[in-house]
Amino acid sequence: MIEVRDLHKHFGGFHAVDGASLRIETGSITGLIGPNGAGKTTLFNVIAGMLAPTQGQVFMDGEDITGLAPHRLFAKGLLRTFQIAHEFHSMTCRENLMMVPPGQSGESLWNTWFGRKRIADEDRALRAKADEVLEFLTISHLADHPAGMISGGQKKLLELGRTMMVDAKIVFLDEVGAGVNRTLLKTIGDAIVRLNRERGYTFCVIEHDMDFIGRLCDPVIVMSEGRVLAQGTIDQIKANEQVIEAYLGTGLKNKAKLEGIGA
Amino acid sequence: MDILNAIVVLLNFVIIPATAYGAQLALGALGVTLIYGILRFSNFAHGDTMAFGTMIVILCTWGLQAAGVTLGPLPTALLALPVGIALTALLLMGTDRAVYRFYRRQKAKPVVYVIASLGVMFIMNGIVRFIIGVDDQRFDDGERFLISVRRFRDLTGLEEGLGIRTSQAITVVVALIAMVALFWFLNRTRTGKSMRAFSDNEDLALLSGINPERVVMITWLIVAALATTAGTLYGLDKAFKPFTYFQLLLPIFAAAIVGGLGNPVGAILGGFLIAFSEVGVTYAFRKVVGYLGPEGWEPAGMMQLLSTDYKFAVSFTILLIVLLFRPTGIMKGKTI
Repeated sequence: MIEVRDLHKHFGGFHAVDGASLRIETGSITGLIGPNGAGKTTLFNVIAGMLAPTQGQVFMDGEDITGLAPHRLFAKGLLRTFQIAHEFHSMTCRENLMMVPPGQSGESLWNTWFGRKRIADEDRALRAKADEVLEFLTISHLADHPAGMISGGQKKLLELGRTMMVDAKIVFLDEVGAGVNRTLLKTIGDAIVRLNRERGYTFCVIEHDMDFIGRLCDPVIVMSEGRVLAQGTIDQIKANEQVIEAYLGTGLKNKAKLEGIGA
Repeated sequence: MDILNAIVVLLNFVIIPATAYGAQLALGALGVTLIYGILRFSNFAHGDTMAFGTMIVILCTWGLQAAGVTLGPLPTALLALPVGIALTALLLMGTDRAVYRFYRRQKAKPVVYVIASLGVMFIMNGIVRFIIGVDDQRFDDGERFLISVRRFRDLTGLEEGLGIRTSQAITVVVALIAMVALFWFLNRTRTGKSMRAFSDNEDLALLSGINPERVVMITWLIVAALATTAGTLYGLDKAFKPFTYFQLLLPIFAAAIVGGLGNPVGAILGGFLIAFSEVGVTYAFRKVVGYLGPEGWEPAGMMQLLSTDYKFAVSFTILLIVLLFRPTGIMKGKTI
C-alpha cells in the first residue's frame, strides 16, 4: 500500500502539488485522473523519487520512502513508466528488457573477468524471460530492433514490459495510452488486468481516456490544482459536481456531461 | 617522376607521425567523450589528468630503471603503466567524491560541472608541476627504432629513408588494444551496457537495475586508464612537459567534438582527422612535389601551408567549422 500524506511540491511560486493526500490499496488498479496541469505527473515524480518533495511524506507498506533515490525504490518493487515513453535508444528491445533486473553479477568488474560462467547462465535466463515478455506483449518480432526505431505505441508496450522483468509490487503508469491506437490500447489494458490478477501487481494509472479508466480502475482518484478532489468508483466520479466543474469550469457544467470529455 | 621516393617521404614525414599522433589524440578524445556521454559535462581537467598519469608513470619508470629492471627493447614505461593507471584512477575517484558527487546530488546544470572541472584542472596542474617540475622530461629507453632511416635506405636502395620509431609502433599497437578492449567492454559486458544505458537515458537508467554510483566510478576508472595510456604514449613519442599536456586539450576536444561528443567511434575518427589535418597542413611538401614532378622542376618554395607554430590553429578552425555547420559531429553525437 502506498500512502501519500499532505504532499507539496513547489517550483518557485508555482505549487504543482499542493497538499495531496491519498492511498493506493494493495491489489487495486487505482486510476488517477484530472485536468491537464492538475499535478498528476509531478505527484508520480515525487513518489518515484525523481523529485524531492517540498513538504509531506510518502509511505510504502508503512515504511517512510520519502526522497529515496529511484534505484532504491526500484529495488523495493516500486516502478514507474513515463508519459513520453523512455527507452535505451541504441539498444535492441530485448537488451532494453534485459537491462531491467537489478543485482546482476555482470555488474561487478570482478565477475566481468572471473565470473564468466555465472554471467553467461544469468544472461541466458534473462534472455528467455525477455523473450517471454515480448511474446506476452505481442511484439516478439521487434526483439532485435533498436528500441529507438520502434513506434510510439510499441515503446509504451516496451515500458510495460520493463515492469514484467522483475517482481514489482506497485507500478505507476503515466498515460500509458497516450498516442496509442484502440487495438493496442486494448492489448495494454488486458496486460494490466492479467498482471494484476495473475501476479498481484498493484497499479496506479494516469490516463485521459475515460473508457479505459472506467473499464480498468477501481477506485478512481481525481486531482485538481495539486489536490485530491474526489475519490470513488467511476460512476460516483462521473456524477460528482465538483469534478465536472474542475474539468469544464462553472459556466459549462450544466450543459455538458463528463462522458464527453475524456475520449 | 619518382613515385616510390615520394611515397617514402610522405610516409616518413606525414602518414606515420600523424597515425601515431592520431592514436594518441583518439585515446584522449575517448576519455573526454566517455565523460561527456555518461557524466554529461566537458571535462577541462582531462589534459592535466593525462599529465598526472604520465608523471606517475615517469616516476615509476625512473624507479624501475634505478633498480635495474627494464623491458629490453621495449620502453620500461610500459611496465610502469599499470601503476600510473591505478594511481590516476584513485585520484579521479577521489576528485569525484570530493567535487563532482556534490553537484550530482544537487542535479547541477552541466555548465556548473564545467566550471568545477576548470578548478580541478588548476589544482591538478599545480600538483603535477609541484612534483615533477615544469621542464621537459625524457623517459623513453630500449630500442629507439624499429627500422632506422639508414637501414631502410641500405635495404631498399632508395634515395629516401623510412624510419619507424619504436614509440610510434608501440603507440599504434597499444592504442589498438585499448580501443578493442573498450569496445568489447561497452558492447559485450553487462557493466558496459549499463554505461551505455546510462548515456542513452539517465532517467530510465535510474529506474532499472543500474547502480548509478557504480557506473560513475567505473567510468572514472576507464577514463583514468585511457588518459594515462594516451599521456604516456604521447610522452614516449615526443617528450613530457606539463604545459604541452595542458595545450593538448584543444586538439583533444576538437577531436571529440568533430567525431560527435558522446560517441566513442566518433572520438577515434575525430582523433585521426585532427592529427592528419594538423600534420598535413603544417608539413612542407616541397620534396614530395619535387619527386612527383619532372626532373629539375622542384619548386623553389617550401609548399607549406602553415608554419608549425600555428598547428593549434588547425584544430581551432576545424572545431569552428564543425560547430557552425554540423554541431552534432560526424557520428551524430549529442548537441552541445
